[in-house]
Amino acid sequence: MSDATRVYRSPPREGSPVSDPTEAPPDDGVKITIDGREFTAHKGELLIAAAERAGTYIPHFCYHSRMSPVGMCRMCLVEVDSGRGPGLQPSCMVPVSDGMVVDTESETTKRAQEGILELLLINHPLDCPVCDKGGECPLQDQAVAFGPGESRFVEEKRHYEKPIPISDLVNLDRERCILCDRCTRFAREVAGDPLISFTERGNRTQVLTFPDDPFSSYFSGNTVQICPVGALTAAPYRFRARPWDLDQVESTCTTCSVGCRIAVQSSGDQIVRRLGVDIDPVNHGWLCDRGRFDYESAYSPERITDPLMRGRAGDSELIEATWPAAMAATAETLREAIDAHGASSVAVLGGARLTNEDAYTWSKLARTVIGTDNIDSQLADGLAAEMVLTLPRATIDEACSADTVIMFGVDPKEELPVLHLRLRHAVVEDKVPMIEFSPVETSLSRHCRSVRHLPGALTESVSELLASEGERIGSGSVVVVVGRGSLAGSGEDIEAAVAAIRQAIPHATFLPALRRGNVMGALQMGLSPGILPGGLAFSEADRLGEDWAGSQPVVSDEPGLDAAGILAAAAAGRVAVLILLGADPLADVPDRDLAERALAGAGTVVAVDTHLTVSARRAHVVLPASGPGEKAGTTTNLEGRISRLGPKVTPPGTARPDWMIAVELADRLGVDMGFADSRRIWDEISTVVPMFSDCPVERIESPEAQDGILCRPAGDGDLRWDPPAAVAAPPVDAYALRLVSSRKLYDQATMTANSPSLAGLAEESRVRLNPRELDRLGVTDGGRLAFVSPRTRIIATVSGDEKVPRGVMAMTFNAAGPAASELIELGTVVTEVRVETL
Amino acid sequence: MTDHFTPANLDLAHEIIGRYPVKRSAMIPLLHLAQEQDGWVTEDAMRQIAELVEVTPAEVLGTCSFYEMFKRQPVGRFLINICGTLSCQLMGAEDLIHHAEQTLGITSGDTTPDGLFTLAVAECQAACTEAPCLQVNYRHRYKVTPADFDDLVEELRRQAGEGEGPDPQSPETAGVPRHGVLSVARQHIPAERAAGPSSPTTNQGPPVWMPPPDAEEPK
Ligand code: SF4
Ligand code: SF4
Ligand code: FES
Repeated sequence: MSDATRVYRSPPREGSPVSDPTEAPPDDGVKITIDGREFTAHKGELLIAAAERAGTYIPHFCYHSRMSPVGMCRMCLVEVDSGRGPGLQPSCMVPVSDGMVVDTESETTKRAQEGILELLLINHPLDCPVCDKGGECPLQDQAVAFGPGESRFVEEKRHYEKPIPISDLVNLDRERCILCDRCTRFAREVAGDPLISFTERGNRTQVLTFPDDPFSSYFSGNTVQICPVGALTAAPYRFRARPWDLDQVESTCTTCSVGCRIAVQSSGDQIVRRLGVDIDPVNHGWLCDRGRFDYESAYSPERITDPLMRGRAGDSELIEATWPAAMAATAETLREAIDAHGASSVAVLGGARLTNEDAYTWSKLARTVIGTDNIDSQLADGLAAEMVLTLPRATIDEACSADTVIMFGVDPKEELPVLHLRLRHAVVEDKVPMIEFSPVETSLSRHCRSVRHLPGALTESVSELLASEGERIGSGSVVVVVGRGSLAGSGEDIEAAVAAIRQAIPHATFLPALRRGNVMGALQMGLSPGILPGGLAFSEADRLGEDWAGSQPVVSDEPGLDAAGILAAAAAGRVAVLILLGADPLADVPDRDLAERALAGAGTVVAVDTHLTVSARRAHVVLPASGPGEKAGTTTNLEGRISRLGPKVTPPGTARPDWMIAVELADRLGVDMGFADSRRIWDEISTVVPMFSDCPVERIESPEAQDGILCRPAGDGDLRWDPPAAVAAPPVDAYALRLVSSRKLYDQATMTANSPSLAGLAEESRVRLNPRELDRLGVTDGGRLAFVSPRTRIIATVSGDEKVPRGVMAMTFNAAGPAASELIELGTVVTEVRVETL
Repeated sequence: MTDHFTPANLDLAHEIIGRYPVKRSAMIPLLHLAQEQDGWVTEDAMRQIAELVEVTPAEVLGTCSFYEMFKRQPVGRFLINICGTLSCQLMGAEDLIHHAEQTLGITSGDTTPDGLFTLAVAECQAACTEAPCLQVNYRHRYKVTPADFDDLVEELRRQAGEGEGPDPQSPETAGVPRHGVLSVARQHIPAERAAGPSSPTTNQGPPVWMPPPDAEEPK
């Protein structure tokens, strides 16, 4: 029996693990008999779950192993004898008890199943031929397997308008709904966005939103996946394919660094759907809507399918070119630059979009072939690589079961959505104590102890807490979730706060909440200056073998420039070739002016990207790269968990994997890197990089890798992180507002902006101020004000928001319209902004 | 912030919310308050209640729509529910309903154009010994003959002609208050006599109103 609401891999099935015969029965075991076979279940386990582990499938609709049972559908009725004679009981509501005897195949059970199915089908429209769920529908499957075979119902069925959109992404067909409470339970319990509810309870019970208040949850797509019928369908997938036409591989979402496990499904060599796969350590089967639907971007008109080049005149148009021509020109430019200005005139920005194998190859190309260490996968919008690579690391599970979680510099709902679901569950359901520091209210603020601090005064605020309660907090386990948060100030405040915690609570562990897909992989493959693959310092280069030890940066022992340094050097005309590895500095660097000057000042700009981003439009050569679902390899999530990517479709046009582009460039520069596929690259990684030595290709390809393999730096290397001394924020300027600029889930990011279903969900740029601040300034919601920072003056729309304290202005980073990054100057501790009325 | 309750009712709403340890518990009393203010529960009212008790409007709708007596469409000033269940049927309810429809010129479920009367056929009103019976704004009238019905309608018209009529909150009012007004007496517990809400999650002891075990028996 298949339950198509979940994606099964075989073997083992996900979600409800089949018991491992080698596993010793639990000490607190409860002995039950299922269909004549004895089984030792866990104490308190629900009968339906115990049966599934014992290999007995009990049909069900409303039960879902990741949500609390409700007993709505009665499909799971089985005969249970707990000592007082057999009787029908819903197995999703009954915990096992010692000596329980269960018959899932008795005549009585069968009659109950037939009866329930007949009742469920009374009002079901049976429009399977035009239903997206047809072919993978639990109701269809179970009607065939457990149903009576025919209906006695001849009366008119219930009718509703079908389907109605309940959000931009989800349609609802109320005729098909069997009222299982899965979607509404998910919205309430898991997502915390109860925007759908059962209404008109009684004969006409139906799931609905409030009028004009759509189900605009970041997680709405999950309800489509768990709906056991075709009542909820995804607008982007509607009528796109039939399940039996679909081909699928398991992979990992690389849209953000949570690394949710997914199934990528295609039809006719096009990705048409992504589904969540349940793995215990990470996503529990859930996805965010961005990760679920941004595959659409692969088919956007902005997708680059062939190389583009500009004539040497510089101002000519980008026109299509052949790979040999584009590669020859790139190699030629590189050689000229190296000859004329030395290898350090070459710089590489970006790499967090890459696979581990891509990142390693580019890292090796830059260091050992080109000979430059000016390389940074973060765009001055992350955290110090030395810090990320040397901090003792925590897993998501550890964060969710810590005695105290401390969080700052991130609103996970906006940046790492499924991490938010995990943390929310820990805080709301499991009552894990969380202390959050944030300049503005975040999505978790109302559920935890939330401390407001002025932008720039985080360390102060954290130190205060440590002084008064450090001892108490330190007496238990502590996990710190730390991200970059607001881009309107340097990351030093955050780093100093981390250092303060390290000092006060030495056993605290850290979950780096960096955002981009494979940023952790990029850092671990050495895409940051002064750091080699595996987080090794130059002094340890010999551990990587002679290729690395003999490379120019290592030999000369001169760490290169980080992103800020590269941009400044480019702006000053000291970068002859700037390679953008999936980087879009104009959109992502928190200093628009500097990014502009850098792109203008760099000699030749080479963009390796999937889409023609604003920055790629400025490049001289654009090389098309394959995107998610189009390439093999591995990725690393924020915990350091390495998992395999599944290539599903061929990239459009002549786009190719980033590693291949690096290998060919090396070849044209006279070095044979010897890589023919990504497997060969991982082989080298696991051979030469000590950190990955127990993670050979065989292990990466084993079923074990489906949950991901945790590889963390041993922490015994030479790499040092010198935390900045506590930064002193300037005294509060009563006439200015302090800027907080963090990201939202939907913004102008390349993949989001190029996915038609998601693009419209991104908000226009606006400044959010405390309503009393608006009153003071004499403007109302939707009014306009001028904002003046040392960088520039912009005019923006304002709105009142209680979540923003007085004295602070919040502005979404990278939203359409006046950009927050125009106001920000890289490196300043806080961005003070004066307000002028118009 | 939705601005639907009158200032006086908003104060009342806050007082009501203050009675409960968990804000959302005040949802139903606030729905009654909204229905009292407007005669029915408007979307704006549901929106504001959601804000007041910190839930989503969808959750308020989910609760509100469960209860048939919360009207989500305007109803007349007087809602006349004629019982159509067994005992009343046997005692002439059908004729009474027919007569009512003829007299008011509407079919059951509708409202008269002047907005005075909404007519509905209802289920058992727990007054079978007094069949046939009806309710005007949930106030019973027993053993109603067609002639009684005409008198009733005339009396209600007269009442309505006197404008809003006597203060519905005054206990002296003998007439039928507007639809939505639940009772003529409102609960008001002066602060010094209120036990105050006690949180079910933090308070593990006996209920606050229970005298401590060693307290003296009241004389
Ligand atoms: S829409 Fe689907 S998930 Fe929601 S209650 Fe209906 S059948 Fe269940
Ligand atoms: S949370 Fe991140 S990894 Fe998970 S589905 Fe969303 S974008 Fe993908
Ligand atoms: S699965 Fe048990 S009642 Fe629905």
